[in-house]
Amino acid sequence: MSATDMAMDSSAARDDAEPHGPKPRRVSPGRIGVYAFLVVAALFFLIPLYIMIVTSLKGMPEIRLGNLFNLPAEPTVQPWIDAMWHACTGRDCYGLSPGFLNSVKITVPSVIISIICASINGYALTYWPYKGANVLFGLLVFGAFVPYQVVIYPLIIGLSSVGLFASLPGIIIIHTIFGMPLLTLLYRNFYASLPVELFKAGRVDGAGFWRIFFYIMIPMSVPITIVAVILQVTGIWNDFLFGVVFAGRSNWPMTVQLNNIVNTTTGVREYNVNMAATILTAAVPLIVYFVSGRWFVRGIAAGAVKG
Amino acid sequence: MASLRRAFPVHSIIGTVPMILVSVGVFVVGIGFSVMWSFTSSKLFPNWDFVGLLQYERLWATDRWLVSVNNIWIFGLLSIACNMVFGYLLAVFMDQRIRQEDTFRSIFLYPFAMSLIVTGLVWQWALDPNLGLQTAVRKFGWESFTFAPLVDPQLAIYGLVVAGIWQGAGVTMAILLAGLRGIDAEIWKAAKVDGIPNWRAYLFIGLPMMRGAIATAFVLQCVSVVRVYDLVIAMTGGGPGYATTMPAVYVIQLITVRQNVGQGMAAATMMLMPILLVVIIGGILMWRRNRKATA
Repeated sequence: MSATDMAMDSSAARDDAEPHGPKPRRVSPGRIGVYAFLVVAALFFLIPLYIMIVTSLKGMPEIRLGNLFNLPAEPTVQPWIDAMWHACTGRDCYGLSPGFLNSVKITVPSVIISIICASINGYALTYWPYKGANVLFGLLVFGAFVPYQVVIYPLIIGLSSVGLFASLPGIIIIHTIFGMPLLTLLYRNFYASLPVELFKAGRVDGAGFWRIFFYIMIPMSVPITIVAVILQVTGIWNDFLFGVVFAGRSNWPMTVQLNNIVNTTTGVREYNVNMAATILTAAVPLIVYFVSGRWFVRGIAAGAVKG
Repeated sequence: MASLRRAFPVHSIIGTVPMILVSVGVFVVGIGFSVMWSFTSSKLFPNWDFVGLLQYERLWATDRWLVSVNNIWIFGLLSIACNMVFGYLLAVFMDQRIRQEDTFRSIFLYPFAMSLIVTGLVWQWALDPNLGLQTAVRKFGWESFTFAPLVDPQLAIYGLVVAGIWQGAGVTMAILLAGLRGIDAEIWKAAKVDGIPNWRAYLFIGLPMMRGAIATAFVLQCVSVVRVYDLVIAMTGGGPGYATTMPAVYVIQLITVRQNVGQGMAAATMMLMPILLVVIIGGILMWRRNRKATA
């Protein structure tokens, strides 16, 4: 990013609140220092991505002889095709495509089910609390801090005893369980922020638990649901640990396949294919991130305010 | 919301059955089983042959575990400290009425959107002696340049720290920047009127006034440090040897590859201890504050 690029942009979108820094004079040593720091920091974050993109477009001889930072002399998309369809893990040479399908099959139902459960939880906790409900909620929030390793083994045993270990429903249940603390907290805080008159009006009209939920609460929940979907799609797509433990070999998600392709290959390491595979695996959450923009930050901030 | 409380809202209980199952079934019963199995001689499958604290004694006599505990301290302290400092610096610089704020924000934050597996692989390559930084610098002409932390057992853990910063500094920046923007503008004006230099205002007025944001960023970092698994697996696989193994990796290895469930559960219980401690201390603090508020 050059100084002229920055000067050309006239209206950078502002956050809700104003920055506090001093009003900038046109050019001063201080301003140059500010931008220098930010640009150097940006390079630290961008260079790895640049290297991956550039390398994934090179052939292997060029990688071996040329400089890592050079643009590809003879750009080729063959590594990308190989990464998606032909890269090998052990004897199977189908590339990332089975993993991609598995990730879709895991992510879509997990996101839907976990959000349905959490929104009902949040609604019930806010408007229909029963004796002990807050203790349950406290336990759930505590669960958000528990290291996964502490409960993984009992879950393996539990799921095996009902025949769901190493299966698609099993991994979906696992994602629903571990998404529940944070999502329930999000929905509870959201419903608690709505005016209680909405609920009371529903009650006066004789609506019960489910009627109020479906006709009043769900239509109001669009913003929080966007945040929840972003959190869950990126979180579940990026998951590795649960996928490798609970999904079973035939349902391994993309992240597991990627790690297998890259870290278990014997013989010559095809860096270009590996890097293309890495970018492909990161593509879905990155698209979500860039499309959602501010919502993503809001999701982190909301998700971070635990307890 | 006491007016809404009813003795027995049946539908509410039916609706929250999943929550009851998860809260009690997973986070109480599950943890209970893990802790109980840590007192047994379970190998491949759990059994109920109680052996007292034997698994804990063995655990703390295992070099691999001691290394992983040591690593989590180094990794945790360094990556949290660097993330907080670097994140706050970025936030302060982002707060200087810069142009292209959104662009910078996107750049600083995008690594967080990707899987830790991706981060691990990216940095595995960047620090690979035959491919990454070392080769690149040598090809620029500095032939004796040596920088290959991941193949050195003493330095590999610091490679993980760099990857951790790359992944997490942007989030810290975003949270702390939101905290900075949440401070009342009058306070900054007052500081300016009093002639307090900018850097002192950020250090001595800004920081203390955004305890909430700092606590949030800190807790987020702590939770992710204790859970660090994917990053290690993708970047070093716990190697060279077992120089970069971590408690989370150790537990998974024991219950899968090494088929030593008893000791794995003992290690898992040890992982739970610091969290329990923090939760209990936090609980006491909140209880005391509530009591003060009502008194």
